[in-house]
Amino acid sequence: MKYAYYPGCSLECSSAAYDMSVRAVADLLGIELREIDDWNCCGATEYFSQDELTACAVIARNLALIEPQLDQVVAPCAACYLNLRKVDSLMKEDPALADKINQCLAAGRLHYDPGRVRVRHLLDLIHTDIGETAIKDKVVQPLTGLRVACYYGCQIVRPYDGFDNPEQPVKLDELMTWVGAEVVDFPVKAHCCGGHMTQISEPQAFELIRRLLHNAAEYRADLILCMCPMCQLNLDAYQNRVNSFFGTNYQIPIIFFTQLLGVAFGLDWKKLGFGKEIVPAEPVLRKKLTAPAATA
Amino acid sequence: MAERVGVYVCHCGSNIAGMVDVEEVARWAGANLKDVVVARDYKFMCSSLGQAMIEEDIKKEGLTRVVVAACSPHLHEKTFRRACENAGLNPYLCQMTNIREHVSWVSKDRAKATEKARALVAAAVERVKHQAPLEPFFVKVNPATLVIGGGIAGLQATLELADAGYPVYLVERTPSIGGHMAQFDKTFPTLDCSACILTPKMSEAGQHPNVTLFTYAEVEEVSGSVGHFRVKIRKKARYVEEDKCTGCGICVEKCPRKVVDHDFEAGLGYRKAIYTPFPQAVPRIPVIDVESCIWFERQKCRACEKLCPTGAINFDQKDEEITLDVGNIIVATGWKMFDCKKIPQYGYGRLANVFTALEFERMCNAAGPTGGKIVLRDGKTEPQSVAIIHCVGSRDSNHNEYCSGICCMAALKFGHLVLEKTKAEVYSFYIDMRTNQKGYEEFYHRLLEEGMHFVRGKVAEVTDAARRPEEAGKLIIQVEDTLMGKQRRIPVDMVILMGALEPQADAKELGLKLGISCSMAGWYTERHPKLDPVATMTDGIFVAGVCQGPKDIPASVAQGAAAAARVMAMITKGDVMIEPVVASIIEEKCSGCRICNNLCPYNAIEYDAEKQVSRVITAMCKGCGTCVAACPAGAITGAHFSNEQVFAEIEGILWDAVHGNGGAGVKEGQPVSA
Amino acid sequence: MANDTFEPKIVGFLCNWCSYRAADLAGTARIKYSPNVRIIRVMCSGRVDPTFVLKALALGADGVMIAGCHPGECHYIEQNYKAMRRYYMLKHMLRALGLEEDRIRLVWASAAEGQQLAEHIDKFVEDVRKLGPLNWPANWQENGERLHAVEAIAKEHEESLEVLP
Repeated sequence: MKYAYYPGCSLECSSAAYDMSVRAVADLLGIELREIDDWNCCGATEYFSQDELTACAVIARNLALIEPQLDQVVAPCAACYLNLRKVDSLMKEDPALADKINQCLAAGRLHYDPGRVRVRHLLDLIHTDIGETAIKDKVVQPLTGLRVACYYGCQIVRPYDGFDNPEQPVKLDELMTWVGAEVVDFPVKAHCCGGHMTQISEPQAFELIRRLLHNAAEYRADLILCMCPMCQLNLDAYQNRVNSFFGTNYQIPIIFFTQLLGVAFGLDWKKLGFGKEIVPAEPVLRKKLTAPAATA
Repeated sequence: MAERVGVYVCHCGSNIAGMVDVEEVARWAGANLKDVVVARDYKFMCSSLGQAMIEEDIKKEGLTRVVVAACSPHLHEKTFRRACENAGLNPYLCQMTNIREHVSWVSKDRAKATEKARALVAAAVERVKHQAPLEPFFVKVNPATLVIGGGIAGLQATLELADAGYPVYLVERTPSIGGHMAQFDKTFPTLDCSACILTPKMSEAGQHPNVTLFTYAEVEEVSGSVGHFRVKIRKKARYVEEDKCTGCGICVEKCPRKVVDHDFEAGLGYRKAIYTPFPQAVPRIPVIDVESCIWFERQKCRACEKLCPTGAINFDQKDEEITLDVGNIIVATGWKMFDCKKIPQYGYGRLANVFTALEFERMCNAAGPTGGKIVLRDGKTEPQSVAIIHCVGSRDSNHNEYCSGICCMAALKFGHLVLEKTKAEVYSFYIDMRTNQKGYEEFYHRLLEEGMHFVRGKVAEVTDAARRPEEAGKLIIQVEDTLMGKQRRIPVDMVILMGALEPQADAKELGLKLGISCSMAGWYTERHPKLDPVATMTDGIFVAGVCQGPKDIPASVAQGAAAAARVMAMITKGDVMIEPVVASIIEEKCSGCRICNNLCPYNAIEYDAEKQVSRVITAMCKGCGTCVAACPAGAITGAHFSNEQVFAEIEGILWDAVHGNGGAGVKEGQPVSA
Repeated sequence: MANDTFEPKIVGFLCNWCSYRAADLAGTARIKYSPNVRIIRVMCSGRVDPTFVLKALALGADGVMIAGCHPGECHYIEQNYKAMRRYYMLKHMLRALGLEEDRIRLVWASAAEGQQLAEHIDKFVEDVRKLGPLNWPANWQENGERLHAVEAIAKEHEESLEVLP
């Protein structure tokens, strides 16, 4: 199975653990990821509020760069995934806009026909294309006894008719059950983490983060699994700030779902990017996961 | 011999004459169209004077064909056909063309409108010359009626007919008649007890000498047409012999297997593996549920058989197929409730204390699983606060766009019952409050007085994720209060979801068997939404109750009675006229390819294997003409819509293209051949 | 200049139960639309024999519209689906004959959709106006070869079906 791979900027640095674990897990599952040559930033949410055409063109460039023999692209980052999908469907719905975007792309001798490439999120791909049997086959370290909260965030399942229910998504819950983890009820699983609100108004952002941590703690989750770099950053990096702001004492490790999948598959933890998170995940994992011994 | 055609162009006061030069159209038709011997215009052609004029011309001028250019044939075709008949001309030799709705009322340019009217008149003239005299058929009406569905609408229809002295077969899918109404405790807005008004009707139907009940039975196949339908029903095996069972109930009492009752108790209560759905069931003959019976599971037990005093239990019983002959059919198949799990953010199935409206109906019912006590899922705790969410799956473009009509009133009824039976605060979350029948608005005001809280806004989420200490352990309703313009979080103990009324899952399938159509949403389509609300497009098949669209009990009862009245009129008349617009096959031309056989939605074409030709069963043909269009050999003709007639009409309608705009001298010339 | 505007002649085959009533409704509601479409009533869009359409075009119509009930709402249960299949076959046929396939159009209009039907008609008239006059009878004679080919196909069909004369 070959897919074009669009890592996005977060995965280069702040979420390097995501990129490392995605590549390691994909490799093990026989997913060939071909990184788009010379890809550029998707512009996240900011470009769209400045100038729609520019924002679209910047994103469409990545789609246009995909090798002609590939017809699917995978983006692990929620914002990247959303943006790629958004531009593809905007171009499909509005031929006039598609023309304008292609005029922009023509400056770089590029062209993109809407619909040529199917934009996939990594979770969908692992859940649907690989499937239950193949995943279960690969498990060498069942995650028995580990209580995980599956956090989807707001961008993956909305607004496009995605691969999961937009209000109460379940695909990651299912995936984690397949590898033996105990999935806790997490009613706020599709609520917003605040995104860039931390840069604008800390009290508001902290309240949103607190709700998520509080809910996970209430259900006694050992850790929260993310699939969006922004979510992971907010919950992890701001956890101590939130604690001092509200006088709470949350200590919940926040990791990417691919990292934990890698653990279940018995991959080397270092290659999965463990140790880069601020609230350390390793102690919890070591405590909860017994035989066979985790490779360190 | 050439036909003698009369053309009559109506002014309709100024309705037509204001935009079409009617005098010119009449003059032109008389001067240019072949075989036209009379062409007149008149102020109001449909008036008695106008009709008299046509009748007189038929007699005096010896007209053999009549064309009336006026309004839509749906309005006055019958009028002019009758006029022709009065003058001794076969009514099917009269053709109307529509120059009002299709020309004068939709045009802005007088010259162009007149040109269009001319083309339409030419089309009618060319067509009418090819029309043939037709005789309508008459079919005797079998006085027996089939009612499908034993809910309140079907019961009402059954009793009306039976009381009038006509035999009725009532087919019900579940083991007892009564329908959803049997599950309810109180009915709005009068709060009278549902069972008290329903059960007398049920037992009346059960004992009526003119009613034959088939419960636990389904319609398999319908053939024939108005007056003489033949219906196959499948009576599912009850494993209890009806003629031996006395309904004593010992078998139910002694049955060791108890299972959750997802049907009558809506999942809130239990039933045995051998059961009657509820104590007042009609008939009181139990049914063995094969899925849960220990005998069917592992060939053990048979306790019921050992204990039955009359030996009525029969584990070898098989499904039975029964054929019924009836003249008319009333469809009253009701509804099912929207699956509230489809809206996961409301938590049904995940959060224990979220209930559906049907569950709550059962909970309120004194004969229900909680004995009428309003309690949480644990079976004992009384709620201190209850939220009722309206429009769950209705008025929602993700699910059903329509309004389910009854939920506002049912929600008010629930509110009243909670306030009456508990000390709880009650919140209603509504989009619009719809209380538009007799006594309904008054009931709404009563609840306002009683202290029910009304929050106008669509609930975003029901969650157990508490944010504040006072929310802990509660269900929190997250909602935008659109009257306050604020987001609110209201913690409650219990949530009731007013699920939408939806068509039965197999409504389309039954519709196909019956030859009636469904709307996009899946409700059966009535013949006319205002003027013919219980008839369908298929003669002899009527609809009543919610299967036609969401409605409350009084409206369902009214429809049941209305459908029965329509059927009685058919029976009293004794025979029905069938429009002779049907297809027929010229055997000599038929190659026996059988293409037409599968095309017919009414199975009205049979294949004669001996002669190797297909044949139309005239009484079953509805005259759509699809087979006529499909026959590769041109062996099928459609009466009143034959190829020759339509070809002639096309030729006429393109009169100006064929003859050029002047068209002079055509009368003398030859008609253009096909 | 008004005289130079090409006014296409269009024949419309309308289903008795929905589209014909939609046209009645458009009238009752006094919705104005192009006078170019002349309506022939059929009991069902399924009655529209492909030869009706070809005949209309052959006699000088510039376009043909077929209007029936929405899918799933056919008065005769499902005959509009048959109309739909024939429609695509007809388009194919027009292409084979060297005509613009857009000269025929199938639309759905329920008895309640007078406004929609009027809009469909206006749009179709505009589209046919852009295509220009058909003049098939004239083209037809120039393309004698094509005619022979079509006749041969028809004959072949007749033979294979053993249609008696």
